[in-house]
Amino acid sequence: MSSTLFEQAISGNRRSLAKLLTAVENGEVSHESLGLSPREVDGSVIGVTGAPGVGKSCLIDRLLTTWTSNGLKIAVIAVDPSSPLTGGALLGDRVRMESADNNPNVFVRSFATRNQPGGMPNAVVLAADVMRHCDYDIVLIETVGAGQSEIRVVSVADRIVLVEAPLRGDEVQAEKAGVIELADLIVVNKSDLEGSDRTAANIISALDVTSNPPPVLLASAKTAEGIEDLADQLRTLPAKPGAELARARERLLTAWDSALLSREDINEVLDSLASSDNSAQEWVEKNLRW
Amino acid sequence: MRIVIAKPGLDGHDRGAKVVARALRDAGHEVIYTGLRRTPEQIVRTVLDEDAHMLGISSLSGAHAFLFPRICQLLIEAGCNDVTVFGGGIIPLAEREILFESGMRAIFGPGTKMHEMSDFVDAVVDRVSTNQPVGVGEGGDWVWSSGA
Repeated sequence: MSSTLFEQAISGNRRSLAKLLTAVENGEVSHESLGLSPREVDGSVIGVTGAPGVGKSCLIDRLLTTWTSNGLKIAVIAVDPSSPLTGGALLGDRVRMESADNNPNVFVRSFATRNQPGGMPNAVVLAADVMRHCDYDIVLIETVGAGQSEIRVVSVADRIVLVEAPLRGDEVQAEKAGVIELADLIVVNKSDLEGSDRTAANIISALDVTSNPPPVLLASAKTAEGIEDLADQLRTLPAKPGAELARARERLLTAWDSALLSREDINEVLDSLASSDNSAQEWVEKNLRW
Repeated sequence: MRIVIAKPGLDGHDRGAKVVARALRDAGHEVIYTGLRRTPEQIVRTVLDEDAHMLGISSLSGAHAFLFPRICQLLIEAGCNDVTVFGGGIIPLAEREILFESGMRAIFGPGTKMHEMSDFVDAVVDRVSTNQPVGVGEGGDWVWSSGA
């Protein structure tokens, strides 16, 4: 069933690709069952992260237009969080991607995290590999960079782009600490706004003390200023040297989360933690010694 | 369920669509919102790419009698017979029958309670799991009798 879907998807059938991605999202297929070997890291899967409102989706829309006009096919995986209480999700990234609905060389798929911060990246990795096999030259993974788990989603990408914006205040420096170690490129969006130069200068000077700082670009999704340059640089972006350890750490935590959350007794564990005085720390020490 | 909520045509009234999207999210569904002023073709493309089970379309501009059947027709042409289509907005009772005939399964008017939306989705889930027709191109005469 899924291998037939995969063949149809490879031959260009969008509906088959969409159905296959549902199976991927539901964990019904794996690299093995699709006969896929893990993809070689070649820079074609790019994670795009940054705080809510910095303009990730609009920037991606501009990149889609630029790349597709150069003859490339692009797929986007837009990740949004599921509600921890109801499991529901509102997936709204398409709203800002005009080409998502009418450009034949673009395929946008929304993914909800489904309360599996650890399990989620596994599905994203497979989805990106499937899309690459279906002739999409670049796969963009967009996610909110508000929490550690979302950073982990992009840590599975070949390259990581951090989107920033001016006038976000000083306190963002601390918040950025996690992603900034992983970013291969930083783009300050909204370059049409006053203060964007200063934001970029601040980031450059903050990174100045680290070795091998990533490039910092200015761009505007609104006016398209700097988009061509960004699109070009992303095609040939080298991996930031020295980030291997930080990214390996994220991948390890991802695998660890996944293993923990897929325990058969996870619901009983959560119930007992929620309804008793046992602390999570005690539970970990008692049950997860190795 | 994966549900697309869409605003077809030249209509800027999206409060209702957004409230419905929120209500369905809170009922535990994954809701994809398209944004305003989408063409029937764009909406069908979204349903296809997102592999949605259901599509909710909202219109308060009076163009529902053209847009809604057009969307249903394009869905069927695209092979999405099994997608359940429902609608809402300012839609006179006298005009609902032609929408049902085009394959829609529910029309919700102003004053619809939020829980009725999720009751409808539950009814659809129930019909899907018991192999009863509920998609836009699956025939049968089942429609939801809405409270408003």
